[in-house]
Amino acid sequence: MTTTRRRWRIPGGRVRLGWLGLAPFAAYLAVFFVLPSVLVLFSAFRRVDPDTGVHSFTLQNWSDSLHGAYLKGLENSIQLAAVTAVISAVLGLVLAYAISTSRRPFFKQLVSTSSAVLANFGGLPLAFLFVAVLGSAGVLTSTVQSLFGLSLQDDLHFSLFSIRGVELVYLYFLIPLMVLVITPALEGIRPQWREAAENLGATGWQYWRWVAAPVLLPNVLGSTVLLFCGSLSAFATASALTNGTLAIVPLQIDTAVSGNVLVGQENLAAALALNMIVIVVPLTLIYQLLQKRTTTWLR
Amino acid sequence: MTAEPAVATIEGTRVEYLDVTRVFGATRALDGFTLQIEPGELLALLGPSGCGKTTALRLLAGFDQLSSGQLLIDGRDVSRQPVNKRDMGMVFQSYSLFPTMSARDNVGFGLRLRGASTSDRRRRAGELLELVGLSAHTEKYPHQMSGGQQQRVALARALAIQPRVLLLDEPLSALDAKVRTQLRDEIRRIQLELGVTTVFVTHDQEEALSMADRVGVMRAGQLEQCDAPSVLYQRPATPFVAEFVGTMNHLPGVVRDGSTVQVGDQSVPADGQVPLSGTAVSVLARPEAVLVEASVEGDAVVQVATFFGAVTRLRMLRSDGVELLADVSSHRAGELAPGTRVAVSLVDRPVLVRTPSS
Ligand SMILES: Nc1ncnc2c1ncn2[C@@H]1O[C@H](COP(=O)(O)OP(=O)(O)OP(=O)(O)O)[C@@H](O)[C@H]1O
Ligand SMILES: [Mg+2]
Repeated sequence: MTTTRRRWRIPGGRVRLGWLGLAPFAAYLAVFFVLPSVLVLFSAFRRVDPDTGVHSFTLQNWSDSLHGAYLKGLENSIQLAAVTAVISAVLGLVLAYAISTSRRPFFKQLVSTSSAVLANFGGLPLAFLFVAVLGSAGVLTSTVQSLFGLSLQDDLHFSLFSIRGVELVYLYFLIPLMVLVITPALEGIRPQWREAAENLGATGWQYWRWVAAPVLLPNVLGSTVLLFCGSLSAFATASALTNGTLAIVPLQIDTAVSGNVLVGQENLAAALALNMIVIVVPLTLIYQLLQKRTTTWLR
Repeated sequence: MTAEPAVATIEGTRVEYLDVTRVFGATRALDGFTLQIEPGELLALLGPSGCGKTTALRLLAGFDQLSSGQLLIDGRDVSRQPVNKRDMGMVFQSYSLFPTMSARDNVGFGLRLRGASTSDRRRRAGELLELVGLSAHTEKYPHQMSGGQQQRVALARALAIQPRVLLLDEPLSALDAKVRTQLRDEIRRIQLELGVTTVFVTHDQEEALSMADRVGVMRAGQLEQCDAPSVLYQRPATPFVAEFVGTMNHLPGVVRDGSTVQVGDQSVPADGQVPLSGTAVSVLARPEAVLVEASVEGDAVVQVATFFGAVTRLRMLRSDGVELLADVSSHRAGELAPGTRVAVSLVDRPVLVRTPSS
C-alpha cells in the first residue's frame, strides 16, 4: 500500500516542480516577447482613419516599410549587420584562438575580463569616446592631420558619422562579444584530438581541415548569427553618434514612434519592427540548432 | 578449420631505448632509461605515478624529444622523425575520438590520410571494428557510445594504420572494473592475433602481470627490472620491485652462514646475494609462502580475515609486534577466524633477504 502511494507521489511532485521552475521564464517570454510581437503584428496591418478614428485592415504600412527610404534603411541595416558580424567573427575567432593557446594565465585573464567589459560597452559613452578619438576634432583625426597632412574626411573619405563610422564603432563591442561566445568552444577542443590526428599521420593543416574545423564550424556560424542579430538591432550607439540621422531601421523606428508628426506613424513603426522580427526569429532558431550540435560534440 | 585472418598481421618491430634522458626543468622524467622491446611482444610499463611511463611512451610516439640518449626502431634512430611520419598507433587514456566522425570514419581517418579509396577505407574500417567486436556500431558517433566502446574504436583506429608499434597509455583506467578486465583480455587476444609489438602503460600491477609478455618496472625515470611476470613476482631484483609487485612480508632474521637465514626458530635457505654471517636482515616472503596453524602455543593472533574467493588473506600480529600477511585456502578460514592464536612458519623454499639499509 505504502509503496504504491509513494510511487504515485514522487513523479507527480517532480512534474509540478519542473513546471514551476519554468514558470518565471515563460511569464517573461510572454510579457516581453509574445505580447509585443502580437501587438506589433496587429498594429502593422491597421489603419486609423484620421477623421473618424475608425480602425481598418491595411497592407499599406507594410508596403511603405519596404519602399523608398525605408527599403534603403533595411538594406543599410542588413549590410551593416552582415559586415560587422563577419569582420568581428573572424577577428574575434583569431583573438580567442590566440588566447586559448597562450600559456600566460595573466594574458588570458586580461583578455577575457576586458572582453566581458567591452562587449557590454555601448550607447552614449561609447559614441562619446569615439568622437573624442575620431571625430572632426578627435585626437587621432588631428594627429593624422598634423603628421601626414591628411584629412580623414576629405582625403581618406572616412567619416565617423557615416555608416562606415558606425561599423567601426560596432566592431568595438562585437569583437569582444565574439571572443566571449567562442572561447568555450575553443577550450572544448581537446589536445588529444590533435595528438591523435598527428599520430595517425595528419599534418597541422589536415588536423584543422578534418578535425578542428568541423567541430568549430557550427559554433562559429552560430556566433556569427548572434552577432548579426545584435548588430541589426543595436540602436543607442548609432543614435548617439549620428544624432538619429543614419538611415537604418532601428533609428527609423525611433523617428516614427517619437516623431508625433503624422497620425498613423506608429503603425508604420510596427511594420518596420515586424520586418526586423521576420529576420531575427528564423536566425535565432538557426542559432539554437547550431548551438545544440556543438554542445553534443563538446560534451 | 582455419579462418582467413580478417586483418593482416603486422610485422613485429624492435624498439630500443638506449640511455634515454628527458629533462623538464628540474625534473628528470627519464634518467638513463634503457630498455629493449622484442618484435611482437607485449611489454607493460609499470610504476608509481610520476615515474616517467607516459614520458617514455610519448618519446616513442614522437610527441616529445629526448634530452639525450638514443631511441631506435628496427635499429634506426628515429629521434629526428616527426610524429606524423612515425607510424605509431597510439591509444590515449580517454576522449580522443574525433567527435564529428562516426566510429567507421574515426577508424578510417588514418587510411584517408594515406590516400586509400573510400570503398577501401570503409571495408577495412569495417573489418577492424569487427575485430574489436563493434560491427553493430559502425555508424555511431562517439557521444553515442560507452567509454568501453569508445576505447575499442580508439584501438581499431590505431591498428588501422598497421602501426609499427602499438602504444597504449592507461587505456582502461577510465573504465569500470568489469569492462576493464574484459577489454584487457581482448586487447591481448588481438595483439597476439596481429603480432604487433605493443607497449602498454599502466599503474595497475594486476593488469600488467596478467597481459604482458614482460613487465618493465620503473622508478624515478629508470628501469628497475624488466622480466616475465612470473620472474618479476618470484625473483624481484630489487626491494622496490619486491614491494611494488605483489605483496611482501618483511620478517626480521639473521644470516647464519652463506646460504641460510634464521627466522624466529626456523632456518630457511636464502636466495641470491647473502650478506656475511651474523648480519641482521629483512627476510622477504609472499603471503602464500607463510604457513599458518591454529595452536594455543602459537605466538601470533589473527586480526583480520579478508575473503578473496578461493583464498582468504589473514592479517596477523606476532607477540614481538611484527605484522604478517598469509593467504590460506578459504575452506580453512573457519578454523582461523579473527582472535585465533596461531603458529606461523615459512614454506621451506629459498627466500630473498635484504640488509635493512638496501
Ligand atoms: N610536459 C611536462 N612538463 C613538465 N614536467 C613534466 C611534463 N611531462 C611530465 N613531466 C614530469 O615528468 C615526470 C614523469 O611524468 P610522466 O607523465 O611520464 O609520469 P607517469 O609515470 O606517466 O605518471 P602517471 O602514472 O601519473 O601517469 C613527472 O614528475 C611529471 O611531473
Ligand atoms: Mg602517465
